[in-house]
Amino acid sequence: MTLFRDTFMTVYKGRLYPNQWDLIALLFVLTVLGLLAWDARQMSVPYQLGQVIPLSLDPHMLPLYALRTIMRMLIALLFSFLFTFTFATWAAKSPRAERIIIPMIDVLQSVPILGFLSITVVGFIRLFPGSLLGPECAAIFAIFTSQAWNMALGFYQTVRSVPGELREAADMFHLSAWQRFWRIDVPFSMPGLLWNTMMSMSAGWFFVVASEAISVSNQQILLPGIGSYIAVAIQQENLRMISYAILTMFIVILLYDQIIFRPLVAWAEKFKSEQVATEKETYSWIISLFRRTRVLRRWGFKIARIMDALINLRIFQSRVISMHRSTLHPGYEKIIAIAWNVLCVMLVMVAIVFLALFIFRNIPFSSVAHVFFLGCITALRVIVLIVLCSLFWVPVGVWVGLRPSVARIVQPIAQFFAAFPANLFYPLVVMVIVYYHLNPNIWLTPLMILGAQWYIVFNVIAGASLLPKDLLLVVDNFGVRRWLRWRYLILPGIFPYYITGAITAAGGAWNASILAEVVQWGNEKLVATGLGAYISQYTSAGNFPYIALGISVMCIFVLVFNRIIWRPLYVFADNRFRLE
Amino acid sequence: MSDPIIQLVNVQKSFKGGERQELLVLQDVNFYLNEGEVVAILGKSGSGKSTLLRIIAGLIPPSNGTVYYRGQPVVGPVRGMSMVFQSFALLPWLTVLQNVELGLEALGIDRQERRERALKAIDMIGLDGFESAYPKELSGGMRQRVGFARALVVDPDVLLMDEPFSALDVLTADNLKSDLLDLWESKKTGLHGILFVTHNIEEAVLLADRIIVFNSNPGSIRADLRLTLAHPRSDIDPRFRNQVDRVYTLMTTLPQQEEKLREGMVPEHVTIDIGYRLPDANVAEITGLLETLNAPEHNGKMDLPDVADILSLNIDDLFPLTELLDILHFAKVSKGDITITQEGRAFVEADILERKKIFSEHLKKYVPLARHIYAQLTHHPRHRALEEHFLSLLEDYLSEEEAERVLHTVIEWGRYAELFAYDYNSGVLSLENPG
Repeated sequence: MTLFRDTFMTVYKGRLYPNQWDLIALLFVLTVLGLLAWDARQMSVPYQLGQVIPLSLDPHMLPLYALRTIMRMLIALLFSFLFTFTFATWAAKSPRAERIIIPMIDVLQSVPILGFLSITVVGFIRLFPGSLLGPECAAIFAIFTSQAWNMALGFYQTVRSVPGELREAADMFHLSAWQRFWRIDVPFSMPGLLWNTMMSMSAGWFFVVASEAISVSNQQILLPGIGSYIAVAIQQENLRMISYAILTMFIVILLYDQIIFRPLVAWAEKFKSEQVATEKETYSWIISLFRRTRVLRRWGFKIARIMDALINLRIFQSRVISMHRSTLHPGYEKIIAIAWNVLCVMLVMVAIVFLALFIFRNIPFSSVAHVFFLGCITALRVIVLIVLCSLFWVPVGVWVGLRPSVARIVQPIAQFFAAFPANLFYPLVVMVIVYYHLNPNIWLTPLMILGAQWYIVFNVIAGASLLPKDLLLVVDNFGVRRWLRWRYLILPGIFPYYITGAITAAGGAWNASILAEVVQWGNEKLVATGLGAYISQYTSAGNFPYIALGISVMCIFVLVFNRIIWRPLYVFADNRFRLE
Repeated sequence: MSDPIIQLVNVQKSFKGGERQELLVLQDVNFYLNEGEVVAILGKSGSGKSTLLRIIAGLIPPSNGTVYYRGQPVVGPVRGMSMVFQSFALLPWLTVLQNVELGLEALGIDRQERRERALKAIDMIGLDGFESAYPKELSGGMRQRVGFARALVVDPDVLLMDEPFSALDVLTADNLKSDLLDLWESKKTGLHGILFVTHNIEEAVLLADRIIVFNSNPGSIRADLRLTLAHPRSDIDPRFRNQVDRVYTLMTTLPQQEEKLREGMVPEHVTIDIGYRLPDANVAEITGLLETLNAPEHNGKMDLPDVADILSLNIDDLFPLTELLDILHFAKVSKGDITITQEGRAFVEADILERKKIFSEHLKKYVPLARHIYAQLTHHPRHRALEEHFLSLLEDYLSEEEAERVLHTVIEWGRYAELFAYDYNSGVLSLENPG
């Protein structure tokens, strides 16, 4: 909210001329602003469906394409924040809204993200006829869906866990709902929200790349960006250009981490609600740079003051709050509550019936069974991958995690790879498969976990490095070795972390299946049998009932998996193995 | 005398218990706070005293009855009342100054005035030089001072305090208490009354003009004691000790025992029913207390304030122990004294195995819940039962949380006594030695 630390700046008042840091920081701000403005103009250029947007493979264009990609990402992020602040807050404050919003987000979370893209792109194109804004919006919406649910759920949970006494203090001091939101809810959730945002953005890079090159109704739309660049490079079998694109992405993610994420994390340290200063503070050169400037800092205070004024606006001021709100007879209250529940249930039923009608009017019932069969195949892939990955990465992660000096180097790398869009590497694998004529049904499978495995890695490392040192000493002291040591200490100790990682990885694998089960290299097209390939193929053909069926089935699979396997495991891990 | 500032008329509060039952937390509370008074509400933990304070503050509505503030019914937080919290409730992301300004900000007071008033309040409470510090940089005592400054800066008529010193160490608390008293007596603030909740008897006697002693289960007013000792009070003054003893006696005597006391008879041990809110005490603690009692220098009898002092326990730690000892007939509490019984002596002088046997017998005899669980398990063909079964039974008498606490307390005693076993993972209770 406010970047200022202390307001007793009288000492500095006399010396208001800019210093050298101001110059650097100003240059930095202007550059960013200029680039964003240029990009915004490019986004709304005229466009007709079927028109081919010229996309040059010239590597000099890559920085510009990268900028377009980043811009989509940031816009989606902005909307994700808006969504989070409105809907999550609403759900946290109103039990009635909660009953709809939370299950809704829960279901939306399990819908494959590229599914949103397949369904919405046509609608968006119609919304902005004759402009590139349509496809742009569809891509942005897809990225939005990869971030918003996660962020909103996290925010909702933290807002609800604001300590009771803080809430009472706010009541006692007559804070208005608006003041309460900015003074208590948002700051309290800030560290968690930022962490969630970082995780969401990691997923976002994957989908931003995927959603730039969309095939819809046999038309390929290429939005200028790194994703499209690589799609064209694949068509032309140009390995060198693919390497350039990967390198660019590498730099982009590095910059994003340094310029956006780290400063935010360093800044959010002060919102940590533990009352003692514990860990080492996160360092960010950007924050340090701005804290050393003089004029810009001054502006910072001004902005902070405007922000304060906004929070304290009179229109939002509370009248006397009455705790005895319900003047209605309790009987009426009950009736309203029941009516509300009935309405919710009816809405859900109508939606299901509508979806079923839409699907079954166009598709014979028998093919539904086939789709479920495909779902089982993809599910099998996901399970096998998670098991294989765990067998490999858990020992490695533990080895790393128990050595702090190694972990310090490896941990950021693992996090970096988790953020890196793995689909950029797909062509490299595909090339090998094509070259050696390998069976796509088996060899395309690892692609699904290429990006998601890193979640297991860095969670296991985190878990292992947090194993209490005295427990490790005790175990050594009693000479407990090898398998016994693993069974009684290490595995239970890292279990909650491992489960968190595995849940994220499995979710990522399901999402990636749509991209990974159908891949292309030049004119060669490799298809594996599975639900992902099914959705992907009908999306390019533009056949909506089939897309809807495929997505619904995948959604059901993910939901069932979450309910039957992951959630119970998570609860179990939390109850039994949480080391406090 | 002028009209009271705060007046409570027949205030009741009940919460939803299990599916069927409403749990009565506060029953028929009537009292008033007069102009210029410091009043302490004193009670054991779980007696509903904090709930009462929140009802007075307008934070939660009473189920029945009305709170009047200066003649007006309270229906929400009122401008004239301000509150200090047990856990300070400071916003960690705001500096001391910003925290203090918070209440003024909500009132829509402009920047300049806000700053001036906040600095004045900080000055008054002795936080000079810490204006730009974050709460996490401060010690507990300093944090609570911020809590006081924040409460006082809005110029309240009445100050409400919810166990304001209980999270602080003894020295810091004493220091803060005397500063608060000085501030109150100097009349530098616009305060016309202070109402605070505490479980610390000496604290109440030290600060208050009146002590409202609370009964538990359901919370109701036991006694309204007026203290006339002049300030500053000293805790070694015999008159001060007398008052402390008097409150101890009040708090350890059940209302039904009072009759007998008045008739000059020794009251019997406490008898309880199956849904009794068992005290939160563990076996090691009561054994320790019995050992202290049985030590030659005490010879089986001690003054409760001395016990609290020697073992450095506050009443929320001490009373559950004395209550359990009384229930189990290991000791007798009356008139502020605790005396070991024959059985208590036998228990404490036995070896570990013998102790378990005595404890087990007494548990079956005097704790109906333990007896019930044991009987159920004995009658069950495979000597097993789910904990949910007993939980739902307890929820007829207690809130969900309390039911769970009571069951786990009795399970812990039962395990020690080897009366029954419990499996954490499955939640199954079973007989240790079937048959």
